[in-house]
Amino acid sequence: MREFTDGSTAMVRGALAAGCTFFAGYPITPASPILMMMMRELPKVGGVAVQGEDEIASIGMCLGAAMSGARAMTATSGPGISLCSENIGLAIMGEVPLVIVDVQRMGPATGGATTTAQGDIQFARWGTAGGYPIIALAPSSVPECYSLTIKAFALAQRFRVPVFLLTDKELNMTATTVDAAAFGDGSGTGAPVNVPSGRVDGQETFTPYRYEPLDVVPPMVPYGGDEIVRFTGSTHDEAAFITKETETIGRLNRHLAGKIEAHRDEIELVDADLESGARTLFVSFGITAGAMREAVQAVRREGRKVSALTVNSLWPVPETAIRNALNGVERVIVAELNLGQYRREIERLGNGREIVGLNRVDGELIAPEQFLELLP
Amino acid sequence: MSGPPSTVTPLATYRNDTPYPFCPGCGHASILDHLNKALVEQQLDPKQVVIVSDIGCAGLSDQYFHTNAFHGLHGRSITYAAGIKLARPELTVIVVMGDGGTGIGGTHLLSVARRNIGITVLVFNNFNFGMTGGQHSTTTPSGGVTTTTPEGNLERPLDVCGTVAANGASFVFRGTSFDKDLTGRIAEGIRHEGFSILDIWELCTAYYVPQNKLNRKSLVEMLESLELPTGILQRRDVPEYAAAYRAAHADVLGQPTLASEPIALNENATRDGRFRLVVAGSAGCKVGSAVRLAARAAIASGLWAAQRNDYPVTVQSGHSVSQLILSPDQIQYPGITKPDALIILSRDGHKKAARYLAAMEEGDGVFTVPECADLDTRAGITVIDPKRASVRLSKTNVALAVVTAVLNRLELLTRDAMEEAVRRAGGDYVEANLQAVAAVKDWGDLAG
Repeated sequence: MREFTDGSTAMVRGALAAGCTFFAGYPITPASPILMMMMRELPKVGGVAVQGEDEIASIGMCLGAAMSGARAMTATSGPGISLCSENIGLAIMGEVPLVIVDVQRMGPATGGATTTAQGDIQFARWGTAGGYPIIALAPSSVPECYSLTIKAFALAQRFRVPVFLLTDKELNMTATTVDAAAFGDGSGTGAPVNVPSGRVDGQETFTPYRYEPLDVVPPMVPYGGDEIVRFTGSTHDEAAFITKETETIGRLNRHLAGKIEAHRDEIELVDADLESGARTLFVSFGITAGAMREAVQAVRREGRKVSALTVNSLWPVPETAIRNALNGVERVIVAELNLGQYRREIERLGNGREIVGLNRVDGELIAPEQFLELLP
Repeated sequence: MSGPPSTVTPLATYRNDTPYPFCPGCGHASILDHLNKALVEQQLDPKQVVIVSDIGCAGLSDQYFHTNAFHGLHGRSITYAAGIKLARPELTVIVVMGDGGTGIGGTHLLSVARRNIGITVLVFNNFNFGMTGGQHSTTTPSGGVTTTTPEGNLERPLDVCGTVAANGASFVFRGTSFDKDLTGRIAEGIRHEGFSILDIWELCTAYYVPQNKLNRKSLVEMLESLELPTGILQRRDVPEYAAAYRAAHADVLGQPTLASEPIALNENATRDGRFRLVVAGSAGCKVGSAVRLAARAAIASGLWAAQRNDYPVTVQSGHSVSQLILSPDQIQYPGITKPDALIILSRDGHKKAARYLAAMEEGDGVFTVPECADLDTRAGITVIDPKRASVRLSKTNVALAVVTAVLNRLELLTRDAMEEAVRRAGGDYVEANLQAVAAVKDWGDLAG
């Protein structure tokens, strides 16, 4: 059995399968299909979907709902992510599990509402004040729109951090043929929300946060349970009271970064198609990785060797997998629908190798033939 | 509505041991004491109460209460409170914000009032930004001297209560921090099922008071001179949103969610390589729907299909272009730079097809309607005339008829396969679509 479906639908099904119970969003092409589907689907599982008065309100409502135990998601595009910026920082600071879908479109500004791009890659990582890390996953096919949405919810819960799903207009709105098995049993009934007990290791007084050891992430305890739960976006101690004490602030901020840095291995996700003896490595992500994989097939049909790396976890950068893929390679071609945003990360790890960008910013997709043209 | 108290002993206070940090004479402490008394009066379980605080001096408030707390961004407290209430309607959600929040968060204030989400908003209204140095706010009276209006405020102050009342707020109160019955009013606001707002005027002794010679007496006189009434100004019995949402969706609760629409494979069709078709027409001509049916028919026959649509943001005017790829294997790149076949259905489509026409070569096929027969391309041109079909076609099914005819002609899909796809898709257009598929009895009918 096969299906004819698109990335938006797969993401909604993934969210439902992950137990999403709250969605708020504001109409914006090309993310609106997710909003419209969520409005229809969430009430069926006892969840709530709201159209906010703007993207700020939408992500704000998600933060409130997440703190109340809901599994929350918002979906927007570049202009909306721009408005969400300050609240993304709040979710980082308050350690709120939240899934943010960015269906990328052409920027800057209004750009092209129905024109695709992959221009928000560095924006997702650095898009709020302070520079603290988030997690970003990039599906490169419709089945991955489903599976990585489920993974995004799991990572958000595990690390209490906003997790971005970086997709684009073409992946989300192009209908394509998918093996029905890609959606598992597809029941979509949603896992029950696990309300964890707040006290750990015989804690006498409950604290919503812990900074020691650096990488510890206690489960988020929602409002309305057995504990009084405090939350603040100001620098705070483990009990969430505002503090200006330098030692505590230092620990808090190092914890916000350390909890992700120390657990890169749990997040790192790539599809490494490495060929022994290949001198060229293609690197790509999202919709562009599809063209890359078709290019790889074409190169190999000609009896030539090439390796390819699809990066599914863009942030934190999967450095172990990238270094491994770079082994024995002389030349790297990094393909993306921007002027070389992720190429910077590969260059950082390239250790003197020739790193070539394959880029388009005209709204068209990079075609497989363009990879072939760059081969020696 | 709150749950039952968790302890048998009545709670004497909802304050913790930390003293307030406010300036001497500041109204904040007094209002918070009234809030505390209102909570004591109702004996709410502190675990079921969330104080959502905005930014500024009033934003510090949550820290002095032994209840749940959410201290977020400036102006957005109402959005967090709304999210909490929507997710957990049984919680009592109280927003504490300054007059600054009514400016930066004005749209949220209007929206929550219109929606009637059951939260209580306390506006600590002291006519200026006290924490950041006494700048003017949306509620600074005309002529008011602040650090950013040294010659007196030229703006008209926002009537917070009048604005939300005009937009349907179901409980609206205006008073001052000196009101004897403030505890009772706050308690009423909390008990009110829908949205409640209490605009509480007070003194900022650090900035606004010394600059404007304001005191308790002149504060009351100011209310009178502005002809702003006090007390409960509006009370409406309208359904609370979180409850209304659940009631409105009670019938769909438990219904199966978005699931697989599997396409059974009838055949094991195969072909060498990919076939790329572009259909270029006008909005409203169901180009996308026709191509979607063709894709589903092809999938049922064992092929893989991908469909990419392009249309202007004004969906009912201008062009509508659909790209369709049919392949013996999985399609990972859905783009088409050079189609094997191009169908032009209208002038709008013709305009968008220029780049395809330029890329196409001998051996590729362009199928066009008589009004767009004048084409510049190396590809072979076939003019097809929908008017020659055996049945009269309408604007909304001519695309399907032509797509069926062309794919049939190119031996990619049989008319039977298209009929089957139309039937399986179901919906309101089955009859019209079947008519379109059947309209083309023979290729010769249409080829000009």
